[in-house]
Amino acid sequence: MSHEAVLHGHDSHGHDEHGHHEHHDTFLTKYVFSQDHKMIAKQFLITGMVWAVLGGLMSVLFRLQLGYPDASFPWLESLLGKWAKGGQITPEAYYALVTTHGTVLVFFVLTAGLSGTFANFLIPLQVGARDMASPFMNMLSYWFFFTASVIMLSSLFVETGPFSGGWTAYPPLSALHDASPGSKTGMDLWIISMALFVVSSLLGGLNYIATILNMRTKGMSMTRLPLTIWALFFTAVLGVLSFPVLLSGMILLIFDRNFGTSFYLSDIYVNGVGALSNEGGSAILFQHLFWFLGHPEVYIILLPAMGMVSEIMSVNSRKPIFGYMAMLGSLFAIAILAFLVWAHHMFVTGLNPFLGSVFVLLTLLIAVPSAIKVFNWLTTLWRGNIRFTPGMLFAIGFVSLFISGGLTGIWLGNAALDIYLHDSYFVVAHFHIVMGVASMFGMFAGVYHWFPKMYGRYLNNSLGYIHFWVTIAGAYLIFWPMHYQGLAGMPRRYFDFSIWESFKQFAELNRFISTVAMIVFATQILFLINFFYSIFKGRKVTVLNPWEANTLEWTTPINPGHGNWPGEIPEVHRWPYDYGKDGHDFIPQTTPVGADETGTH
Amino acid sequence: MSLILSVAIIVFIFVVIFQIAKASEYVSILKGEEASRQQNNKINGFLMIAFLVLGFVGIYVCNKAYYGKTQLAQGAASIQGEKVDQMLFVTLIITGIVFVITQVLLFWFAYKYQEDKNRKVFFFAHSTKLELIWTAIPAIALTILVVFGLRNWFFFTGEPPKNANVIEVTGKQFGWIFRYPGKDAIFGKKYYKNIDPATNAVGIIWDDKYAQDDIQTEQTMYVVKGQPVKLIIGSRDVIHDVGLTHFRLKMDAVPGIPTTMWFTPIYTTKEMREKTGNPNFAYEISCDQMCGNGHYSMKGVIEVVDQEEYDLWLAKQKPQYFTAFPDKDPSAVPVKADSTVKATAAKM
Repeated sequence: MSHEAVLHGHDSHGHDEHGHHEHHDTFLTKYVFSQDHKMIAKQFLITGMVWAVLGGLMSVLFRLQLGYPDASFPWLESLLGKWAKGGQITPEAYYALVTTHGTVLVFFVLTAGLSGTFANFLIPLQVGARDMASPFMNMLSYWFFFTASVIMLSSLFVETGPFSGGWTAYPPLSALHDASPGSKTGMDLWIISMALFVVSSLLGGLNYIATILNMRTKGMSMTRLPLTIWALFFTAVLGVLSFPVLLSGMILLIFDRNFGTSFYLSDIYVNGVGALSNEGGSAILFQHLFWFLGHPEVYIILLPAMGMVSEIMSVNSRKPIFGYMAMLGSLFAIAILAFLVWAHHMFVTGLNPFLGSVFVLLTLLIAVPSAIKVFNWLTTLWRGNIRFTPGMLFAIGFVSLFISGGLTGIWLGNAALDIYLHDSYFVVAHFHIVMGVASMFGMFAGVYHWFPKMYGRYLNNSLGYIHFWVTIAGAYLIFWPMHYQGLAGMPRRYFDFSIWESFKQFAELNRFISTVAMIVFATQILFLINFFYSIFKGRKVTVLNPWEANTLEWTTPINPGHGNWPGEIPEVHRWPYDYGKDGHDFIPQTTPVGADETGTH
Repeated sequence: MSLILSVAIIVFIFVVIFQIAKASEYVSILKGEEASRQQNNKINGFLMIAFLVLGFVGIYVCNKAYYGKTQLAQGAASIQGEKVDQMLFVTLIITGIVFVITQVLLFWFAYKYQEDKNRKVFFFAHSTKLELIWTAIPAIALTILVVFGLRNWFFFTGEPPKNANVIEVTGKQFGWIFRYPGKDAIFGKKYYKNIDPATNAVGIIWDDKYAQDDIQTEQTMYVVKGQPVKLIIGSRDVIHDVGLTHFRLKMDAVPGIPTTMWFTPIYTTKEMREKTGNPNFAYEISCDQMCGNGHYSMKGVIEVVDQEEYDLWLAKQKPQYFTAFPDKDPSAVPVKADSTVKATAAKM
């Protein structure tokens, strides 16, 4: 179908052609180079899942080292070869695993996998559009991501190993080939992969923004948008404004690495090489450029989860989301503040103390909109009529984790405490709970909730319940005790703690954490089995609107074709949260406002 | 063999769980959607409240097991550290209260308002009053924390007292170099191209008149109890970080950009050994910024001693200049010509 016809989808002629033209699709255009936003969403989701498994497996491997630093596992040597000589992971391999785990989970899983999937899937369906503003660009966005993935994957197989200087890639470590074996070819591939990834994010983000602003169906004013769409909108804006800064930082890094410039380098003497000629650069400059993306990135990861949780929570509480405008305002506030707090990652770099104090103030300010969101979610549950679907469980789990991890942010955002806790396990616990696991929960909630729309089948409920309860219990068992390790000053990114008088007292705890990590990882496999089994063999969806939700995606056929609605795109008459209003369990957005209805929001 | 066995067991468990889950799905179809939803709601509602209760039990158990192993139990070893600890407790109390209230409400509401056919949902879309309340309360609580935090922050990052000892700390892959200014209390200038790993690890410019009495040590730094000490921190290769857990401070070591940090130790190493009951206690300097494959082993030690012991130690130290040029050392036996040649060669 031509772009023209997508834009003018209300023209029923063009659109009929569209709904029935699947026989024109070859395997290649339908499943590979698809321009259907729903298929692209699934491509993002499944690629993201592959990365999640790889990234999770990496964490299991390095947790093995942390939990059993003295043990030897012969099978590790068969798996990793020279990276696990004698059955024990080498420091090089350990750092490579930690670095790749971080990079992959932050960018490939929780950015591409999360907002790539749900922005693509939900934006056209929930705003009432036939597809994205530019389906072709959307396809490119996926294939740039795919190429980035392949390059990142190939970096695991180069002789000197993948990059191993931490996902933040601070120079000079990342800039000097001789500072670490991982900083040789592995780092070049890492940068190229990230650069392509940025391109993918930008193509996607521009598309999301354009679609939300221009392609809403009749009656869908901005304040009638579901909160998912608002969250995805702010996410896209954050990405479009901050990813280019990362790209520029990376380009300067390439120049420093390979063409002899000195943007980040000065006064360096490398063991075994001697003094370098670079002078006058600033290693801190990279950190500013990196965190100018890096902090918004945290919200790029978190906001889609927040949006989906708001939607799922309202649907399953059978009650409107409390404080729609406040939710929207707090999303906006978080998006603005996201750009003004990056240097709180740099309190101990020798930052000007006055500048530091400004960043303390702005950082702690984020707690206000965050608190508003939490209280609004709580009030949404209050006096509702809650259905515990697996999606709803993960949404509740998200709120619990967001509270736990958000509150420790108040500790770390205060420079005078950060000066003690920075780069300790306290930080590891904090960001894994609030950004890692919480967003993962948002993603799971989304998958469980929209799986029937994606594949026309249900996921198995019981497996979903097991998945949820083991994962939330496991997440707390893994990360809660890490706060104590952090309060003992235990630094992150240590291969082995046994030589440290101050940190070695946690050997037993490390073993415990590693064991739980493996169990939780195994439980995710259970989810994967459920996911792929249900795509083909799951219980079929027989009703249009299985969750009895108000939003537009549930007005499409059970298996919508390219173009989403076979007839005209429905018109919207109300906001999406009329649950329990005037004695009606739910009133879809497409229902006109009745004459005797009480006032809307 | 054991690997194959454990994989087989895991696969077996998966198959069992999967079959049970499939069976329960058939059962729920037979029972009808309504009835099975009701049952699921009941089970999960109960689990919500069970999770809440077990969670708090877990927090108690965890605290009992591990609080004693944290630095907080041991107590801070610097005046800065005492302020940090005090602030940690205030922050803990404020965030702890919020944590308990919100988690209890979350799981309690989830349990209490599980689906009930007879309940009429309360259509409650917004309330300006409530929203103002939970905007204002966090704002006030945070203001307290910010004011408290910034007072400490400006104290930590401010100028040290005039009588502070100054020591230069240089990180390298993977170890620490310490330099004392010597009798003149002024550091000789340095330039990284002068670095020679054997005799001039930080690249001192020997022609500088202040350089010749500078004392240099590796791995162990001596400081005086009760006397403020200011560290001038740098790195000669990648970014490192001087992590002083017991003093509750840390500061990055950045090549090309010196940073500073000061603190006043309040217990000697010996006193800390008694206080903690650990005869091996040491004030360890941990590198807290990823710096390469040896990052985890980049350890330094600070010996906190009293003034008397410090003076004794200092008297025994020889300026680095004499290590680089043994022939200039007045205390040394007159050197043979060839070693002079060596030193000069090394310098070049």
